[in-house]
Amino acid sequence: MILIWVALALALGVPIALAATSEQLAWRGPVYILAGFAGIVALGLVLAQPLLIGGYLPGLTAYRGRRAHRWIGGALALAVVIHVAGLWITSPPDMIDALTYSSPTPFSPFGVTAMWAIFVVAILAALRRRLGLRLRTWRVVHIPLAIVIVAGSVVHCLLIEGTMETASKAVLCAAVLAATIKVMVDLQVWRKRRTLRGESIARQ
Amino acid sequence: MTMVVFNRRHFLAAGGSVLATGFLASGVSGLLLPARAAGLAPTETMSGGANNYRKGAQIVERIGKGGFWMSGTVRRAGDGAPLAGQRIQIWAHTVEGQEHEPQSHGATLTDKDGKFRLEMPQIIPIFGQPHGHLAYDSGEFKTVFLRPVMRSAKETSLEAHFVLQPA
Repeated sequence: MILIWVALALALGVPIALAATSEQLAWRGPVYILAGFAGIVALGLVLAQPLLIGGYLPGLTAYRGRRAHRWIGGALALAVVIHVAGLWITSPPDMIDALTYSSPTPFSPFGVTAMWAIFVVAILAALRRRLGLRLRTWRVVHIPLAIVIVAGSVVHCLLIEGTMETASKAVLCAAVLAATIKVMVDLQVWRKRRTLRGESIARQ
Repeated sequence: MTMVVFNRRHFLAAGGSVLATGFLASGVSGLLLPARAAGLAPTETMSGGANNYRKGAQIVERIGKGGFWMSGTVRRAGDGAPLAGQRIQIWAHTVEGQEHEPQSHGATLTDKDGKFRLEMPQIIPIFGQPHGHLAYDSGEFKTVFLRPVMRSAKETSLEAHFVLQPA
């Protein structure tokens, strides 16, 4: 059981540790370095999300898993803000190109699309009660956006030539995809009625 | 075949086509087959090409300590005649500085064959791609900004080619 936690720690820790040894860092300023690592951490947080909501982390009750999912969702939005703000400070014209979908780099539109999906989910999650969104409505919104976030983040990350070491980056991306597919299958997210309602009662 | 976007990377990707091969060969050698010269199209500014541009970079022997070569050709649209004495500005994120910093910028002139070559510090990846920037903006011809991408961050040279049309 502890193996799952160890595997998660390795999947997050190894890419960050290897990126910290990248020779690229020598040629970067502190703000650019911070922006880069915020991006790596953000990808790691994306991995935690399906594991938490699927209840795959032993020792966490469904209630605590859901609470952690919300907090990590907030942390993910914050990491993305740091990533984008740091890159903006590093090279404003390149960041503006990316945000306006006019960048020459093929990975930028994937990252920017995932960013907007993260912001929409974070804002809706924060306002869910106030807006009176029912759980079923919320899931109809959240699940497609979660798929956009995962796919966008993985493609964005894989196409970038930066501080991340190639193999550890590929493993982390594969883990994100695998965890997402597993939670979608296990929770049968394409089913609308019985399963979801049963779970929502159990999990509330 | 339909060629929607005319940039060097698309040409490299489209190696199978005869048309692309013709352009690729001209791009690599810097020479143009006379038969094709008549309708030589002007180079379009690349997206992001002008990012971190600084006006009026000085003509230098080399940028910083060198170790990396930026080279290319400048020709006239239509007949493809080489353009001598044209000022090309070059900048990049290198081991000696970021793109926007003055020491990362320099300029050089084309020789009588329309070729230019400037030594500069090693280019390293910035914003996820190892790339350089070049500009022609001396006024006689229409301004063009290029942003060639290196196939690998380990390469120690990069080429970019200008075909200019009258301003």
